[in-house]
Amino acid sequence: MSVNYNVLGLIFASMHDSYVSELTKQRTMGSIPFGGRYRLIDFPLSNMVNSSVAEVGVITKSNYGSLLDHLGSGRDWDLSRKKGGLHLLPPYSQTGGIYKGRLDALNNVWSFVEHSSAKYVIMSNCDVITTIDFNPVLKQHMAEGADITLIYSKGLYDSEKNNCATILEFDENNRLKDVLVDPQISGECNMWLEMFIISKDFLKKIVFEAASRNQSSFTREILQGKKEEYKIMGYEHKDFFTKIDSIQSYYQANKLLLDANKKNALFKSNLPVYTKIGDNGPVKYGIEANVKNSLIADGCIIEGTVENSILFRGVKVAKGTVIKNCVLLQSTKVGSNCTITSVITDKNVEISSDKVLTGSDTYPLYIGKDGKI
Amino acid sequence: MYTKKRVVAMLLAGGQGSRLYALTRNVAKPAVPYGGKYRLIDFPLSNCTNSGIDTVGVLTQYQPLVLNEYIGNGQPWDLDKMNGGVHVLPPYETQAGASWYEGTANAIYQNIRFIERYNPEYVVVLGGDHIYKMDYSKMVDFHVANNADCTISVIDVPKAEASRFGIMICDDKNQVTDFVEKPKEPKSTLASMGIYVFSWDKLRKYLVENEQEANALRDKGEPWSKDFGKDIITSMLKDKQRLFAYEFEGYWKDVGTLDSLWEANMDLLSPSVPLDLYDPNWKIYSRNNNMPPQYIGDSANIENSMISEGSTIDGTVDFSVVFSGVTIEAGATVNYSIIMPGTVIKSGAVVEYAIVGEDCVVEGGAKIGASPETIENRDDWGIAVVGHNVTVSENKVVEPKQIIGENI
Repeated sequence: MSVNYNVLGLIFASMHDSYVSELTKQRTMGSIPFGGRYRLIDFPLSNMVNSSVAEVGVITKSNYGSLLDHLGSGRDWDLSRKKGGLHLLPPYSQTGGIYKGRLDALNNVWSFVEHSSAKYVIMSNCDVITTIDFNPVLKQHMAEGADITLIYSKGLYDSEKNNCATILEFDENNRLKDVLVDPQISGECNMWLEMFIISKDFLKKIVFEAASRNQSSFTREILQGKKEEYKIMGYEHKDFFTKIDSIQSYYQANKLLLDANKKNALFKSNLPVYTKIGDNGPVKYGIEANVKNSLIADGCIIEGTVENSILFRGVKVAKGTVIKNCVLLQSTKVGSNCTITSVITDKNVEISSDKVLTGSDTYPLYIGKDGKI
Repeated sequence: MYTKKRVVAMLLAGGQGSRLYALTRNVAKPAVPYGGKYRLIDFPLSNCTNSGIDTVGVLTQYQPLVLNEYIGNGQPWDLDKMNGGVHVLPPYETQAGASWYEGTANAIYQNIRFIERYNPEYVVVLGGDHIYKMDYSKMVDFHVANNADCTISVIDVPKAEASRFGIMICDDKNQVTDFVEKPKEPKSTLASMGIYVFSWDKLRKYLVENEQEANALRDKGEPWSKDFGKDIITSMLKDKQRLFAYEFEGYWKDVGTLDSLWEANMDLLSPSVPLDLYDPNWKIYSRNNNMPPQYIGDSANIENSMISEGSTIDGTVDFSVVFSGVTIEAGATVNYSIIMPGTVIKSGAVVEYAIVGEDCVVEGGAKIGASPETIENRDDWGIAVVGHNVTVSENKVVEPKQIIGENI
């Protein structure tokens, strides 16, 4: 099947914005740049498209200008369609104001979901970066006759480092036994990727029940509150994933792509990650360029030294400059003879010549959008 | 109902490009890769879009599969339009029979109906095998200001090279008085770039006449031709029509031969060559294949090169143009070369002064091409070429000037 009209995708573009407040000052979680040429929403959106999902709704909240600009008509994801395609869903609640939790958000967009002919709904946030085919999850969901199937991965959890983590425990039959939010533990856990599958009818039931009781949290009301009543099952995604829950984890997640195994796990040739096309020229390396262990996006012009860094589209590095352990977002310009170490520059930052900027690997220095130094 | 378009462009993309040998064996010349992430046809198509021309007919004939697939609905160039847009125009069969395109003029003649749907005032005729950035709208303005019937874009070439081109002789008001194809003793250095603006009513008249005259000659068993330079321009000059030369200043390169294709790529690495691929106001668009950014490894050593998306570089790359999805392993060396999409250069291989086609594998110990300094007799030196989908086995050698189209 090349296009599956039986499944609707819903993406929460703004879930957990507040954990990376530096980066979401002028954008949503979904439009945070990642991995040289992507925005975070490219990953869930490409996962859905690659899983044959024909129709995707993107639930917005605030600051969604950059998201609209990125997604456009959905053409770059092949979602500019008459039947199905991409739908941007504004955040305004039926009762006025902006929605509170996930269930309230779903209640707001219910008329969109209602009009879809799909029987199943796949939901995802933007803060977990992974490449996944949803078809085996759907198959398991149907075979087990589950009410809800939660997608999780085994990962190392550390209450000191992780924010907004949901840890799941299952019984011997793979049925949800316990749900812990930000527990004071550490070690290998089943981390919920905040992706799940549910039938449209069942979703309608829980959304309307929650609305009538003025409840909004899916985790608290459904996963924790109804785990005995509902058949909530787990699906283990056994592949690379990383989660953005702080500026530090954002920095580390970008740098993980310098590991060939992790990069290849995320960018599989049969499951490509789509993004807005920039039509930049190839990367130009000057006569004194010296680049090691770095990920470089098109449109960059490099005349200096770059090591262990991620350079987004259109970054310029002038002669005599040394960039180490940095994440330089789109169109950052660094003048000559600078030494820049462990720094994140947001879009359009300009650093003039002869500057020395130093962050640390555990606490990178962040320079905001359009900043001039 | 079709909306009237003031300007329609017709792009001649049917040529075989036989002088590119192995690189055009299964691919039409305009689909040959260039400049790290482009194909030749990206330049005229992007120029059209940037010049505000939104209706383009692409005349194809030779090996059209890759080219048709590449152009698709024209979306990468913003040429997917409700009215106009890009249309691929292959030869077709009619009640009178079927015929191939019998020359550049005949290709346009056979598509008069396509052009007339848009009722244009001007038709721009373009080739698919030149690298340049040009605002065609300025050339149309020049054509209109001169009340011309035909305007030919020309570039001033060095006197020594003039005999390789079609040369225009002009008066002091840029009006063309004579045109000579590849003259032995050129009287001018203004070379035709193969870019024409015609007033459509005039072009139509001369296309119909040329068709009738050439067919009459053919019926009599005499030599005939249906060619723009040779027939249409010559007839218009003979009839004292108003032909003007529009002098273009900037980078323009014909990539009709393997040497010129190699040079045109090397030109991108020269700071003195005025071809800017990074100008946000005149982007060269191309079809994107959704690959992650390039990864440059710890053992890589890259200088003065251009490298594109999806490539993984662990070896040494110097003065080279590397396309998307290429792998250059640690211990491999690539100098003064062009590596086309999807090719793998394995550890221990050396590629110098060479063009390696798409999806090739060059095994360890293989040696492709050589530096001119290492060759005693300069006449023995030239670019080494490996065609598309070729495997060069371990320790095999491709000599300078050699062209390989099969696995060795």
